[in-house]
Amino acid sequence: MANAHNNDAFVRTEMAPTLPPPRSQVGVIGWMRASLFSSWWNTILTLVGLYIIWLVVPGLIQWAFVDAVWTGSDREACLASAVGHEVGACWAFVRAKIGQFVYGRYPDAEIWRVNVAYFVGIAGLIPLLIPSVPFKAANVIFMLGIYPVLTLILLTGGHFDIGAGGWVTLAVFLAIALALVLFFSRWAGIIDPKAGLTAWGVGSGALVALVAALSVDWGLAPVPTSLWGGLLVTLVVAVTGIVASLPIGILLALGRRSKMPVVRLFSIMFIEFWRGVPLITVLFMASVMLPLFLPEGVTFDKLLRCLIGVTLFAAAYMAEVVRGGLQAIPRGQYEGAQAMGLSYWKMMGLVVLPQALKLVIPGIVNTFIGLFKDTTLVLIIGLFDLLGIIQLNFTDANWSTPTTGHTGYAFAAAVFWIFCFGMSRYSIFMEHRLSAGERR
Amino acid sequence: MSVATQEVRQQKSSIWNDPRFRSLLSQVLLIAAVIWLGWEVISNTMRNLEQQNIASGFGFLDTTAGFGINQSLITYSEESSYGRVFVVGLLNTILVSFLGIILATIIGFVVGVMRLSKNWLIAKIAAVYVEVLRNIPLLLQIFFWYFAVLRSLPSPRASATVLDSFFVNNRGLYVPRPLTEPGFQVVTALFLIGIAATVAIRIWAKRRQDRTGQQFPVLLTGLGLIVGLPVAAFLVLGSPVTLNYPQLKGFNFVGGLRVIPEFVAMLLALSIYTAAFIAEIVRAGILAVSKGQTEAASALGLRPRPTLRLVVVPQAVRVIIPPLTNQYLNLTKNSSLAVAIAYPELVSVFAGTTLNQTGQAVEIILMTMAVYLTLSLLTSAFMNWYNAKMALVER
Repeated sequence: MANAHNNDAFVRTEMAPTLPPPRSQVGVIGWMRASLFSSWWNTILTLVGLYIIWLVVPGLIQWAFVDAVWTGSDREACLASAVGHEVGACWAFVRAKIGQFVYGRYPDAEIWRVNVAYFVGIAGLIPLLIPSVPFKAANVIFMLGIYPVLTLILLTGGHFDIGAGGWVTLAVFLAIALALVLFFSRWAGIIDPKAGLTAWGVGSGALVALVAALSVDWGLAPVPTSLWGGLLVTLVVAVTGIVASLPIGILLALGRRSKMPVVRLFSIMFIEFWRGVPLITVLFMASVMLPLFLPEGVTFDKLLRCLIGVTLFAAAYMAEVVRGGLQAIPRGQYEGAQAMGLSYWKMMGLVVLPQALKLVIPGIVNTFIGLFKDTTLVLIIGLFDLLGIIQLNFTDANWSTPTTGHTGYAFAAAVFWIFCFGMSRYSIFMEHRLSAGERR
Repeated sequence: MSVATQEVRQQKSSIWNDPRFRSLLSQVLLIAAVIWLGWEVISNTMRNLEQQNIASGFGFLDTTAGFGINQSLITYSEESSYGRVFVVGLLNTILVSFLGIILATIIGFVVGVMRLSKNWLIAKIAAVYVEVLRNIPLLLQIFFWYFAVLRSLPSPRASATVLDSFFVNNRGLYVPRPLTEPGFQVVTALFLIGIAATVAIRIWAKRRQDRTGQQFPVLLTGLGLIVGLPVAAFLVLGSPVTLNYPQLKGFNFVGGLRVIPEFVAMLLALSIYTAAFIAEIVRAGILAVSKGQTEAASALGLRPRPTLRLVVVPQAVRVIIPPLTNQYLNLTKNSSLAVAIAYPELVSVFAGTTLNQTGQAVEIILMTMAVYLTLSLLTSAFMNWYNAKMALVER
């Protein structure tokens, strides 16, 4: 009975083979069904999207590549009458003017100096940006300490007129600093004598070396900043602005969080003032008001005045970025540092700022992107940055064609876009890397 | 023992180790430095101005300006004073900023929502919009719209037209100018009354809901009062508005309302550029509302629309509003770039032309900066108030 029952029963001994999913659910078709045609509303959206693409993309490709003129020596090459069909972009114009776009009106014989500055800058920057490359500290010291001096001498020609008066001023300044160090270490006893003297020695050595390097005749022909232009000015303004604004911004951020009411008040006033006015008024101020502020006989170069304005402006934004980082550091870090007996500056320099600055690297990069785009405004006060020099070249009668303007703007847009987009990708990459410890 | 330690401490502690003394000293030094810097700047400026024979003071504001401005919201002629120029410029700044803010908000919200769309194509188009436009300098975009697009439009004789009453050419955009007739004041008055009544009803409805739990359709009533009432009055009064159509006479148009190309270029560039940033803010705001909120709302039995209106949007708004206000402020400050294409706003006519004519750099730059500073301080004051009001009250 039991046996018979066993024989009659149908018992599956192995699993049925899994069927593949319906073809409409997988692969390209499945993806399209899910993300493009999941409902009638979605289908309409897709059609609208296709229409937008059809409106923009073919025309753009036609203009930039198919109808474009790539070679030629003057406007004749880019005229519809000469080419025989409607002319798109006149890339020949960009090719002919690329030297000006990159170097401005820098003398041809001296362009190697700009190239050296570009090359050393790139060679120093790339290892700095790749997290796994060692010797970061040496790299930073090179890029922030030596590279700016090198660039300054290379680009201007160096041989600044320091004079005897300058050296005397420097000596008096160093003597006052030494006196202060001695006063605070011996008499007031609030700094360690040995550390104080070492710091003074290193600092004064660096200052003397700096002044000596600037005043020595390196045999380079002087190039006035009025000849600089194009990408060179864009990069000089943006990089100087961001690098010089970082220390000022850090001090302002610390001042804004200080317990001393006067320091806090001045910091807030400074930050809110610069953040509240548009950059263009700051540049106007730098170009027309700053000369009035200076004592008699002191004149500043136009580019330098613009750099001062941009730096103060960027410092206020930088201060707010750094403040965000300072606020993100848990209180325990401050209290721990104080419990170890660290002074205010040691607590900030050794414990808080290293963590805070690491947190705000993406914010700093974003500020840099904003500043990089804003450098275009210097053309309004008569400096020729990349956009300024491209626009200046539209007036060249040799190249005046109906499409020159469009081509110039397209080229400028592409250059700015590549720089800014690259930086924003880098900022996202750093954000992910830095938050790796916090991610679950 | 304790007495001995105290004595030792009293002996060793110098005044330099007293934090109060140190903080007092550094603050006094800072004040001294700032005063010295300020005195130095002011005395240098006074001497330099004297040497260049530039009069100081605000007397120049009453002097005749002597130049024309091609767009003015108030009556202005070449005989008007520099003070009038300031007001004209300020109003033009406010006009382009206000319209730019509205347009940028609309485009920004649309693109931001598009970027979250489940439709892959739409999301990608929105992403391309944002990534392309926010990485190209605003000034370049202004130049593009002004020189590359609007300047290469056809001449007035060949202008593009819609319905023979709207014309677009390289001299600007011509639209019919509405001329109000007597009786139109009633419509305006009703419009204002409608707004006031809606605000009152909203307050009453909120009180009633707090008390009884019953809701009142404020939105519909408000629409009826603000739009419906004036429209009804408008029709009843027999449309007390006539339109003055632009007409081609010779080489140019007469009549109608001319919108100058500088204004159109500024408006387009400002709103399209800022919209890219607003889109990202909107996207972040919506993503910041956790999925659990939506799920909890469905668990409570709310349908999708009330979920959106009562649960998601109020929480997203809390995240969106502060950075959004920042963008509005940025847009207003960026309107100063109009100086590059000579749209007659504050920086262009006042810090540009007026400064060149009078040479009174200090007064003019300070007045211009004061305007923007006031705007931004007002905005940040509003933001602080708003943040305090909207902040989550926990425990």
